[in-house]
Amino acid sequence: MLNTDNILETIKMINEEHLDVRTITMGISLLDCADSDIDKSCEKVYQKITTKAKDLVKVGEQIEKEYGIPIINKRISVTPIAMLVAVSGGDPVKYALALERCAKTVGVNFIGGFSALVQKGFSAGDEALIHAIPQALAQTEHVCASVNIGSTKAGINMDAVATMGHIVREAAELTKDNNCLGAAKLVVFCNAPEDNPFMAGAFHGVGEADVVLNVGVSGPGVVRAALAKAPKDLKMNELADIIKKTAFKITRMGQMVGALASERLGVPFGIVDLSLAPTPAIGDSVAYILEEMGLETCGAYGTTACLAMLNDAVKKGGVMASNSVGGLSGAFIPVSEDAGMINAVRKGILTLEKLEAMTAVCSVGLDMVVLPGETTAEVISGIIADEAAIGMVNSKTTAVRAIPAIGYNVGDELEFGGLLGSGPVMKINQTSCEVMIKRGGKIPAPLQSLKN
Amino acid sequence: MRAVLSVVGKDGVGILAKVSAKCAEANANVVDVNQSILQDMFCMIMLIEIDKLKVEFTSFVDEMQDYAKELGMEIHVMHEDIFKSMHTI
Repeated sequence: MLNTDNILETIKMINEEHLDVRTITMGISLLDCADSDIDKSCEKVYQKITTKAKDLVKVGEQIEKEYGIPIINKRISVTPIAMLVAVSGGDPVKYALALERCAKTVGVNFIGGFSALVQKGFSAGDEALIHAIPQALAQTEHVCASVNIGSTKAGINMDAVATMGHIVREAAELTKDNNCLGAAKLVVFCNAPEDNPFMAGAFHGVGEADVVLNVGVSGPGVVRAALAKAPKDLKMNELADIIKKTAFKITRMGQMVGALASERLGVPFGIVDLSLAPTPAIGDSVAYILEEMGLETCGAYGTTACLAMLNDAVKKGGVMASNSVGGLSGAFIPVSEDAGMINAVRKGILTLEKLEAMTAVCSVGLDMVVLPGETTAEVISGIIADEAAIGMVNSKTTAVRAIPAIGYNVGDELEFGGLLGSGPVMKINQTSCEVMIKRGGKIPAPLQSLKN
Repeated sequence: MRAVLSVVGKDGVGILAKVSAKCAEANANVVDVNQSILQDMFCMIMLIEIDKLKVEFTSFVDEMQDYAKELGMEIHVMHEDIFKSMHTI
């Protein structure tokens, strides 16, 4: 018989430590939906998505019940819509509305891929799509947008960086009566992965198969609980070992759920994304893991070192547990979605500068940070450029999901609700970088040798 | 296929009998039972066969959840593969 302790451990992880599968995300290629007539193109998109994903939610719920493991979100990612806009022309918002209809028909929580990849320059459709993002996000509920503005191989497209500052602000302004939610559904990437199941940055890369199923696991609460049992004088490398073992178990569960879902849906299994994704629930926090390692509050000196070890140990434990790992894989640090981060920001201990340093060693970037309403588009572009530079030089994914809180000041809070949580408006450095941002052009790709 | 049925809660008379009766009703064969009392807490883990269930496995899970409320205990029914995948290589 199975070991009783193991059974009780799993049940405890699910019931008390918030273990769950964060998302099963079906990636669907829309390349065969392109049509020179935008209305026909939208119709083809609707038909393809609602056919391929018709059972996604049902199968997810079945697995949830049979295996007793919560699957929080069921999502869809699609080919960057800018590619369809390139063929059809017309108003890209039509595509966003078509995607919204799909999301409602199949019952998914989010649909990502209102995206453009412009790291090296704009091609047909890219600029039209980018300028349509604020309207698209204001008029839809489930659609998420992302723009890749840089990569290690291409450098940083500074014209796109300058534009995105304005787009982020406009997305917030158009939704200012709804907690500026538009900006929370928009991610600006450097080195965007093509198989990421997590929102808001998910899209289905052009190198992917027609339809695939990707899984994103979660489990910061489980890691924290495991570390809480360790004595205060346990060596750091031994803590890393505990994290590895825990990450292994979490990932095995994700792998099992992914394999099952892909078999039942008749869709090839893509990847497991190993990311530790927090939720606003008390205990399900990445910041609390760092604090469990011995920091008084997340943001103290030592935070970056703890996060670096956590991120690496999660990968080491997870890689062996799955036969295909991909996506962002690491630890997420979204401020508004993490009770410990919110607490640290409220106390004034976790600052934007510290967060920026943390993004150099963890899986994504400045995520769900709420900026004062007065923040200019150029300052937002400056933040994006800095993050992109960290990603470009370190050959890793970085991203910015910043929400300018229109009409709010430092100390106020935005309430997004649900998984997005609530975010205190952070004090940031408002010194102008306007001249630099307005230069535009490109930051050339960095040298890949002489690494120091 | 087999599932793990766990029952945790305050100890009382006839819990094992009641839960087994419910399994028999659904035609779930009990293949193993491990039961202990820890500081007044009743803790039982049953391994049941679910191939010949009279009802869908998911409705059996629902039924047991409802029954758990009636008994005032916590009952989880989960496919055994989740434990195998998490705890064995």
